[in-house]
Amino acid sequence: MNKRNLTAAEMSLLNCHNCGLLSKKMDHVRVLLRCPRCGTQLHRRKPRSIPQTWALLVAAYMMYIPANLLPIMTTTHLGHVQSDTIISGVIYLLVSGSWPLALIIFIASVFVPVLKLFILTYLVLSVQLKSQWRPVDRTRLYRITETIGRWSMVDIYVVTLMVALVNIEGLADVEAGPGAIAFGAVVILTMFAAMVFDPRLIWDNIRHTHE
Amino acid sequence: MSQHLSLIACHECDLLYKIDCSSRQGIAKCQRCGAVLVRHERHKLEQTLALTITGLMLFIVANAFPILSMRFEEQITETILFTGVKRLYDQGMWPLAILVFLTSIAFPFLRLMALLYVFLPIKFNRTPWKMAVIFRLVYSFRPWSMIEVFMLGILVSIVKLTAIAAIIPGLALWSFAVLIFVLAATATSLDPDLVWDRLDKQA
Ligand SMILES: [Zn+2]
Ligand SMILES: [Zn+2]
Repeated sequence: MNKRNLTAAEMSLLNCHNCGLLSKKMDHVRVLLRCPRCGTQLHRRKPRSIPQTWALLVAAYMMYIPANLLPIMTTTHLGHVQSDTIISGVIYLLVSGSWPLALIIFIASVFVPVLKLFILTYLVLSVQLKSQWRPVDRTRLYRITETIGRWSMVDIYVVTLMVALVNIEGLADVEAGPGAIAFGAVVILTMFAAMVFDPRLIWDNIRHTHE
Repeated sequence: MSQHLSLIACHECDLLYKIDCSSRQGIAKCQRCGAVLVRHERHKLEQTLALTITGLMLFIVANAFPILSMRFEEQITETILFTGVKRLYDQGMWPLAILVFLTSIAFPFLRLMALLYVFLPIKFNRTPWKMAVIFRLVYSFRPWSMIEVFMLGILVSIVKLTAIAAIIPGLALWSFAVLIFVLAATATSLDPDLVWDRLDKQA
């Protein structure tokens, strides 16, 4: 590839994010354009992508604190009460000998959320600082956050199933804790953050050397 | 106002490509960022429909039958998918109950229904009402439909609970397992151009 293709934006074309049809953008027309084929609103880039991503990321960072400090689950077994946070749950699994399980929960509940927050923060900053560094790899990082984010929900489902199953009058009982709500919020907020971030912004900053 | 062109733009880096409409087969990737540009497969309508209907049937089984039963000191507790949602709600954890309900029940179901709503009429050469809007939902719901994550949650729970009680997998567990493969196959067989071509023809 010696000579680069032009981008849709350079050609004043709008790409419909729903059906992929390209439409000509009229500079002097101030009305909102809709895709002539499917009716979706057209934007050159996702509107207000950077401030929205920031807002969702900040909210996610704030929820991350109670998500880790508050118990996600409280178990009552024959009068003995035990509250678990995400980390104490992982440590408990590790100590009780099921390290593969501890690893799964650690990756899904600790590693993935942090990784996702850091990657998205880095991507937004790199766009704002007009970084020229490895756009392909940065797009790849974006794709990774899109795919892995939902797997953090595992712990929420484990709590749900524990609550549903361990429910025996007088013997054993499991209750979900407020940490689970905060953790669920972290997962949702980072998923939205990944959705509102527009990876094309990474490429808009790249200066072309081959032209 | 707008003008049709035989060009497509990469949805991840905005680079333009000319597409050859005659050779609609296989996968084309963006040379610059590696995103999938187009994925064309021929005659997949029947397959998509069959998979969607199979998926809906499995979904009903997965919801109607117990996922797991637990025997604990001569007492048996059974849980269907909805039990957890209801118990969370009863404990005052309604945000969590809603989250689990939406991601494990509502979105997977709505996604399958939207597919059926769009592709069944196309099969009979009709255009359903608001097709583009409904079809958009198929994509919007995709990240929020977390059946496979739920399945991993079930497996983790089984291992956790076998330490203290006897766990018996229920019929819904097997339906879930098959449903994951059916949903994945539905996603690959799906040809969005069937929908957009239909809209082009109408215009
Ligand atoms: Zn469109
Ligand atoms: Zn690209």
